[in-house]
Amino acid sequence: MTGYRLSSGGLVDRSKTLSFTFDGRPLRGFAGDTLASALLANDQLLIGRSFKYHRPRGIVSAGPSEPNALVTIGSDARTDPNTKATVTELYGGLTAKSQNRWPSLGFDVGAVNGMLSPFLGAGFYYKTFMWPKQFWERVYEPFIRRAAGLGRAVLERDPETYEKSWAFCDLLVVGAGPAGLMAALTAGRAGLRVIVADEDFRLGGSLLATGETVDGAPASVFADRTVAELQALPNVTLLSRTTVFGWYDDNVFGAVERVQKHIAEPSSKLVSERVWRIVAKRALMATGAEERPLVFGGNDRPGVMMAGAMTTYAERYGVAAGKQITIFTSGSAGYRTARALASKGVAIAAIVDARAESADQAPDGIRVIRSASVVDTKGRQRLKGIVVERSGFEELIVCDALGMSGGFSPVVHLACQRGARPVWSEELKAFVAPDVGGGLRAVGAANGVYTLSSCLSDGAEKAAAIAADLGFRASSAAAPVVDGEEATSFSALWYVPGAKSKAFVDFQNDVHAKDLGLALREGFGHVEHAKRYTTSGMATDQGKLSNINAVGILAGMRGVSPADVGTTTFRPFYTPVSFGALAGAARDEHAAPARKSPLHGWAMKNGATFIEAGLWHRSAWFPRAGEKTWRDSVDREVLNVRANVGLCDVSTLGKIEVFGPDAAEFLNRLYCNPVLKLPVGKARYGLMLREDGVVFDDGTVSRFDEEHFFVTTTTAMAGPVMAHMEYCAQTLWPDLEVRFTSSTDQWAQMAIAGPKARAVLQQIVDGDISDDAFPFLSVRKIALKSGVSARLFRISFSGELAFELAVPAGYGEAVADQIMEAGRPHDICAYGVEALNVLRLEKGLLTHAEFDGRVTPDDAGLGRMLSMQKTDFIGKRLSTRYGLTAADRMQLVGLKPVDADKDMRAGAHLLKEGTKPSTLNDQGWVSSAGFSPVLGHAIALAFLRSGRERYGEKVIVFDKLRDQEIVAEVCDPVFVDPQNAKLKA
Amino acid sequence: MRYSAFSIVRNALSGNLNWKPQWRQPQPKSHYDVIIIGGGGHGLATAYYLAKEFGVKNVAVLEKGYLGSGNVGRNTTIVRSNYMLPGNEPFYEFSMKLWEGLEQDLNYNVMLSQRGVIMLYHSDAQRDAYVRRGNAMWMEGVAAELIEREQLKKMIPFLNYDHARYPILGGLLQRRAGTARHDAVAWGYARGADRHGVDIIEHCEVTGIRRENGIVTGVETTKGFIGCGKLALAAAGNSSRVGEMADLKLPLESHVLQAFVTEGLKPCIDHVIVYGGGHFYISQSDKGGLVFGAEIDGYSSYAQRGNLATAEHVMEEGVTMIPGLARVRVLRAWGGVMDMSMDGSPIIDRTSIDNLYLNCGWCYGGFKATPASGYCFAHLIARNDTHPVARALRLDRFARGYAVDEAGAGPQPNLH
Amino acid sequence: MASLITCPHCGLRPKEEFAIRGDASRGRPEPMDSDEAWHDYVYVRANPRGRTLEHWHHVAGCRRFLVVERDTATHEVYSVVDAAEFARRAAQ
Repeated sequence: MTGYRLSSGGLVDRSKTLSFTFDGRPLRGFAGDTLASALLANDQLLIGRSFKYHRPRGIVSAGPSEPNALVTIGSDARTDPNTKATVTELYGGLTAKSQNRWPSLGFDVGAVNGMLSPFLGAGFYYKTFMWPKQFWERVYEPFIRRAAGLGRAVLERDPETYEKSWAFCDLLVVGAGPAGLMAALTAGRAGLRVIVADEDFRLGGSLLATGETVDGAPASVFADRTVAELQALPNVTLLSRTTVFGWYDDNVFGAVERVQKHIAEPSSKLVSERVWRIVAKRALMATGAEERPLVFGGNDRPGVMMAGAMTTYAERYGVAAGKQITIFTSGSAGYRTARALASKGVAIAAIVDARAESADQAPDGIRVIRSASVVDTKGRQRLKGIVVERSGFEELIVCDALGMSGGFSPVVHLACQRGARPVWSEELKAFVAPDVGGGLRAVGAANGVYTLSSCLSDGAEKAAAIAADLGFRASSAAAPVVDGEEATSFSALWYVPGAKSKAFVDFQNDVHAKDLGLALREGFGHVEHAKRYTTSGMATDQGKLSNINAVGILAGMRGVSPADVGTTTFRPFYTPVSFGALAGAARDEHAAPARKSPLHGWAMKNGATFIEAGLWHRSAWFPRAGEKTWRDSVDREVLNVRANVGLCDVSTLGKIEVFGPDAAEFLNRLYCNPVLKLPVGKARYGLMLREDGVVFDDGTVSRFDEEHFFVTTTTAMAGPVMAHMEYCAQTLWPDLEVRFTSSTDQWAQMAIAGPKARAVLQQIVDGDISDDAFPFLSVRKIALKSGVSARLFRISFSGELAFELAVPAGYGEAVADQIMEAGRPHDICAYGVEALNVLRLEKGLLTHAEFDGRVTPDDAGLGRMLSMQKTDFIGKRLSTRYGLTAADRMQLVGLKPVDADKDMRAGAHLLKEGTKPSTLNDQGWVSSAGFSPVLGHAIALAFLRSGRERYGEKVIVFDKLRDQEIVAEVCDPVFVDPQNAKLKA
Repeated sequence: MRYSAFSIVRNALSGNLNWKPQWRQPQPKSHYDVIIIGGGGHGLATAYYLAKEFGVKNVAVLEKGYLGSGNVGRNTTIVRSNYMLPGNEPFYEFSMKLWEGLEQDLNYNVMLSQRGVIMLYHSDAQRDAYVRRGNAMWMEGVAAELIEREQLKKMIPFLNYDHARYPILGGLLQRRAGTARHDAVAWGYARGADRHGVDIIEHCEVTGIRRENGIVTGVETTKGFIGCGKLALAAAGNSSRVGEMADLKLPLESHVLQAFVTEGLKPCIDHVIVYGGGHFYISQSDKGGLVFGAEIDGYSSYAQRGNLATAEHVMEEGVTMIPGLARVRVLRAWGGVMDMSMDGSPIIDRTSIDNLYLNCGWCYGGFKATPASGYCFAHLIARNDTHPVARALRLDRFARGYAVDEAGAGPQPNLH
Repeated sequence: MASLITCPHCGLRPKEEFAIRGDASRGRPEPMDSDEAWHDYVYVRANPRGRTLEHWHHVAGCRRFLVVERDTATHEVYSVVDAAEFARRAAQ
């Protein structure tokens, strides 16, 4: 037995026992424990296996830097792999499993890798596995993939929910240790809006893990008192279990709050995690300092941990890391741990001090070995002893736990996420935060200030300065008095010479000191190269413990200062953040808003099947009893429109009202065809180009008044066209007197198409709509007999006699119902976008299937629309470039199969008969295809090289993707009523 | 030193003390036949092929940072040749073929993993666009498959089939596509070029381009003036800055694209999956991390870091496509500077200055193009003649009206 | 910048309310200007590392185009003005 619960002490609630399991073994801990402290109390030293060599590993730290003690928490859809036991709050019913081992944690076959380690040095995989060629992917890679990785993700639908929130404050304090709490208290008392965020479930940081006293009381009592006062201040928000993971432009901080991660059965009324975006006028980084491991032989044996972690387990959790403890230190911190443990009755076998001399005093009776190093450790799955070397003599010291301390590094992660690099301080032997301006400053240990009293005063002073800066008055309360203050000096020791076995730098990724040597030897001495070649610092802990030692070792080998080596780049996230938290509520059906037409209810009533079209749900077809496939319905709808009449919801088209004395001029510059002289009461087809001469969108332009136009866009381009018009009006021609607004959502618009359209519509419209009174392309503001004011357009997207009727959105459903009722004697049907598409295809009318962002008006057979007499319009100048007017461009044609029973599909390509498929031989492609119920065979629109000269030619329709090749005849793209007789009836 | 299992064993037995640097650290000579600015994937590949395939061995690659410090070391490692336009597809397929022999050619395992890239479609219109693309691939002889929903469910069961905002209807699969280990590509080309005599000079920033009588005579650098017969720019996101030194006006904007990696996991995603309802794409590295990204942040930037709103949007798309990602934790985000061109396609061409050559405009597709880009650029530099597969990728295509606009988005770089 | 923009009409707003159109430093040529001027306008960008002018469209706000003067290397924002205002000033 090694780790055990002390008989008293600690901040855990010994009255509340919590049951949990590890690898199925039932264990117990107390409320206030972390999983790690509870495991340690239960003498569970072996927690997991390392990445590459599958070495047995135990707990190293007591916080977020943990590289080894990673477990999978939960089961089924609530599985969280790679969870750090050291920051996991214990709860009753928690189930934890070890990772990366097979068949069991105690006996792991993968450990054979350790014996092969001479062959598996850094980057070995770049040099082999290349022969025979196929073997990499068939044999080696699958093997490597299976061996690599850590925990297992289940990839099942997550039952939890997540949310996001904004927060604004004068001062954000990151970290609620002594410096952070003092800063928050000072600022809070001064009246600043303060947010304090700390990743721990209990606020206090190092105050919770020290024997020092503040104002005569244990430091933890001071922490509790301060937290209580902050809680009572209305201008202060305390966020525990909240990790500030990133610092972004404009002093915006990203933070994640674990709302229910510590609860066995989370409430469905609360989210699991919440992401905060905190906009802070000022921020203080009170993130503390990280204790450095020592790189010595066998330093990864379970039982070897950070000295500071040992102190924390003892002081905060009442847990001893061992019964017979040794300390290996290069600074005061090791002595502090020895004192803490000794005061609790834990036996200390020895303090091994790498330094020749120091002022640090060991507790009475404890042996100190100076100028000495640990060069090896004994034991297999737990530490049994250490080999200490001094002046060439080795000594075996029996122990079951070793605390190591190599000094401290300020945690400067956040300050270095926006380009600035940390600065080497020769005085502190550490990289410190760069000066990134007043928005974010380091305070306390993060600022290289290590004693408790100086952390407290640094926090108070920095907060007072910020308060003054923001116009608040901070009162200077008496600084708290610290008793029993611990010394904090150390000397840097990057590598302990004489290692008798592997001396690990990056525990999780199994990078040892020799790997760095190999990297340097092979030319990977730059810190970024060394990282990438050896994978040092690339594990789930992102090198929080290892990076500084890697830098120090590289510096030593290269014979330069760590300042010259520098660090790798700090990037978000400080600690890993779940996809779910960052995604928030925007998932599944809520990933994007859903838009529904004002006629959605009408379509539902009429039995529509809906399809997504961008954000819209559009009625696609209206199946009737007996119809087996969508084609049955669509064919019926098409034939009925051609023979009788149909009603289609076209409300999703973009609609824009344009007003002003310069409205005509404005539109004339936007469209490539003339608009200026469009008469009042008339509509016109319009084509907008991009500035590069390619078709941007098409639609109709109607003129209701000299200074009032109404333009429509395609459904998909409603937003982009509106933005384009705003761009032109605001940036290109701000002096034109024109105003416009989108009215897409204000109107319910329906197409009434078919030979009987007029007969149906005349029943509900007040006024004459005969061809004489209301000819093709007429538009008019009208009244319905019901009194509803409306707009009527004589336009057609089907080739039939057709009207589009727009009524205020709220009346849409009622008016549509009325039309259906009036149309019943005329066999009216509802038709959807599928029938609409067939109708337009038969008529050779175009959509964005044709206008794919590469097509010119001439390609589409609309070259005559370009009004080159106009002085200017968007796209005019570049539309005449050689490549856009070349005779061999793909031009719009129609296709009909030579065998009428053959099918054609959009996306097929075209080949000349007798040629082989090749990019060079590619003659074009099919943009739209479908079955024409009127003609009784498939028809298609296609773009064919010089196509308009090739009517009558037979081409191969090449659809290799569906293993289909048929022969089709090139024809005019208008299949039905080329004379427009029906249209103008 | 030739790499092999044997070399590993032999070196292991001598304590791994005899490995040699993978490339030299030479001092720059006073003059080179060709200087390449940019020691990233494309610059190094260009040097390698110049020396190996075209016999031009007196070559220097100048890199302002450490070798491979640009986009070759900060991408999502995807290689594919599933393009639609005739100006692109032959080029990327040429690249794919070079990838397939790269490890043996370089004697360096770049871990090409042809696990298949599948692009999901969510509407009939999108399917039709992918069919058009797939058939364009077949025209070039590149196998593509249309995977329908039921087949897809068996192949990738964890996609969001039941609750997706945009239903997952199927996908376009290129089985030969996949991933490669990005850093290894830079290192492998560097080692290969070095072995053919190329001088790779790191930490050597070009500060000026010296011209006399209308031609380039050399470059001013932080290591002094270096003369050259020909100068080749392969500076990716910094192309505009370097081009400016020779008064080149380029059709480029530099944008930031973020990429992400999760904690290491046991194998769970076996393909490269691309979400058609947005821009999200994801694959799993051999180390176990899920590597993913989506669209660019949208604004011009040289900062190599992105913003949180875009990152959040990327996660939204990820969880929408694969609901089970919700509990997977994202380890790290990084940003690269993309040389976004005006039609989304690259530029490999000569310039108005006779002996100055240009390679840029890779947008966020540069990694997969590395071998072909290097090969074609080397061909151009060595022979003053455009390689057949790069004929559509000329600089003057904008003036002439021959944009290669795969997205059909027009001359607004952040839409590509 | 990449997090927040101070819209002259709406105040401090998050980045995701905006759509970015791109370079705002070029004026649209006159119809009779040279081919080269038009080519440069549509296709060529100065693409500076440092101060730049960019059009940001407040799509989820006032729907105004703004000219944002910012630094592409540091993301610092120097000024935000309404694009019409900017265009009128440039015309003077």
